[in-house]
Amino acid sequence: MTAINESLQNQAKRLRQDIIQMISAAASGHPGGSLSATDIITALYFRVLRHRPTEPDWDDRDRFILSKGHAAPALYAALARTGYFPVEQLSSLRQFGSPLQGHPEKGKLPGVEASTGSLGQGISIGIGMALAARLDGKDYRTVVLMGDGESNEGQVWEAAMFAAHYKMDSLTVILDRNRQQLDDWTEKILDTESLAEKWRAFGWHVIEIDGHNMDQILKAFDEASNTKGKPTLIFANTTKGKGVSFMENNLEFHGSAPNAEQTQKALLEIGA
Amino acid sequence: MKSNEAIPSYVTCSLPSSPLPWQSKKMGQATRDAYGEALLALGKEDTRIVALDADLSKSTKSNLFAKQFPARFFNCGIAEANMVSIAAGLASCGKIPFASSFASFLLCKGFDQLRMSVANPNLNVKIVGSHSGISLGEDGASQQSVEDLALACALPKFTVLSPADGASCKALTKLSAAHVGPVFIRTGRPKAPIIYADGESFEIGVAKKIVAGSDVTIIATGLMVYSALMAATLLQKENISVAVIDMHTIKPIDEAAIVTAAKRSGAIVTAEEHLLSGGLGSRVAQVLSQYCPVPQVSVGIADTYAESGLPEELFEKYGLTEKHIVSAAIDVLKHKKKIAS
Repeated sequence: MTAINESLQNQAKRLRQDIIQMISAAASGHPGGSLSATDIITALYFRVLRHRPTEPDWDDRDRFILSKGHAAPALYAALARTGYFPVEQLSSLRQFGSPLQGHPEKGKLPGVEASTGSLGQGISIGIGMALAARLDGKDYRTVVLMGDGESNEGQVWEAAMFAAHYKMDSLTVILDRNRQQLDDWTEKILDTESLAEKWRAFGWHVIEIDGHNMDQILKAFDEASNTKGKPTLIFANTTKGKGVSFMENNLEFHGSAPNAEQTQKALLEIGA
Repeated sequence: MKSNEAIPSYVTCSLPSSPLPWQSKKMGQATRDAYGEALLALGKEDTRIVALDADLSKSTKSNLFAKQFPARFFNCGIAEANMVSIAAGLASCGKIPFASSFASFLLCKGFDQLRMSVANPNLNVKIVGSHSGISLGEDGASQQSVEDLALACALPKFTVLSPADGASCKALTKLSAAHVGPVFIRTGRPKAPIIYADGESFEIGVAKKIVAGSDVTIIATGLMVYSALMAATLLQKENISVAVIDMHTIKPIDEAAIVTAAKRSGAIVTAEEHLLSGGLGSRVAQVLSQYCPVPQVSVGIADTYAESGLPEELFEKYGLTEKHIVSAAIDVLKHKKKIAS
């Protein structure tokens, strides 16, 4: 393992601890889908994205949209830990008057590029940003993180068709394939098997990776930025609740907070 | 444009010729044609203007822009939800997107996207819905938009515009580009009778008082403005003094104009090519009940969808002719008299 990757893994640990503490303090939130996306979000904010935390509206920044808005704690932790706002603010998640809304809202918190939480809209918004870059001759990239349950939404496929037709190679979508959604395993709700083939059939360049392996994550983003004429889908196989044994693949922690005892146990496990 | 084309029967009545544009009884441009020309003109002035359509550009008339500025035009295919969110992304990067489709598809299929991608972050997106109301005629209920004003008005931050003729549509389209924030513009399929001279000036949120009067005020929007003027002419022959207001901005509504009219005439008729719930009539009633309760009778479509037919046949059946406005005025004057006695 390289030194860079080791440092990223340490950052990911810290983000996981933030996520558990935030959701525990709020007594509500979505730990499972936040933890499955943590390694990807860590790679993005600490390594991949071109951004200036002290100048969040910088014209040439890469755009990141968290289409699966319920993973807000992971995004907020990354924004705080890279300097968009004070880390102490994380403990106000979901509280009345806090800019850390239950799902991200553009305009309330620096660094949040779109209001998400109503699933299916993120790729389309990202397309708009990528089109603006094309019109303005700018070289920023647009990255969207979506869920696998989110693939149930029809708008996702409208956007998939559009981005391929318009050859939007500055657009990268990461699919957080954690195999669970609120009610059950994804294949039990709507059979989303052969999801990667579906994206290929829509004309996307698809890269399949282990979404918890930093090497693979970084290589995938490299490959995406070198892919011309097509948008890229990074198909990231992940584990829901990754990093906390009793949350992993446990449907109960899709959308409920750990109690005090569980919180202690989770923090210990992550820190180990 | 055939400006000498005959006025269809649903807006005809005898009237002596006179210098005011609407009194010439000339047919003008459809509001969708005026929008297409205005969008093209905006595109020439400002490179931030971009246009999107959902495979209806020949009907919405955004094709005029598309031909001139192909690099700034994005046909999204028949995918309104995607189009609305793309417009949001463009706006968040400094573009001024105009996204057009039929009003029914844009508002109904794009509503959640209008809500979360556009209205929630208060983005500078312009949504233009053509073929509004039932005056599109033969295509029937699936294409007719009778609830778009209610839906658009329900979106926080949105400005909602409903021009009555070509000149006002051009002016309001231009103003909407200069206005920072989300805007919905409602346009129509058929040619619209001329109300205003070209170059007439407008202000968003400021109603046009076209005719002054003291017995009753008709507040109308869209195609119904012309019918209101014709109804007023008929009523004036019966020595009833009628004021006519063009409420081209449904939101924010011109409260001062409504209250002043209520105080002056003490009786209000509203007229719109839209369901009675949630459009102009509802919003006027909200203002009246709060600031100046006077009797109001609303002309609009009852709680139903319409059907295929010629516009004039539909206007007759669904109660949108000048005769219906005249009856509403007579009704409201009875209420007014009852209260006074």
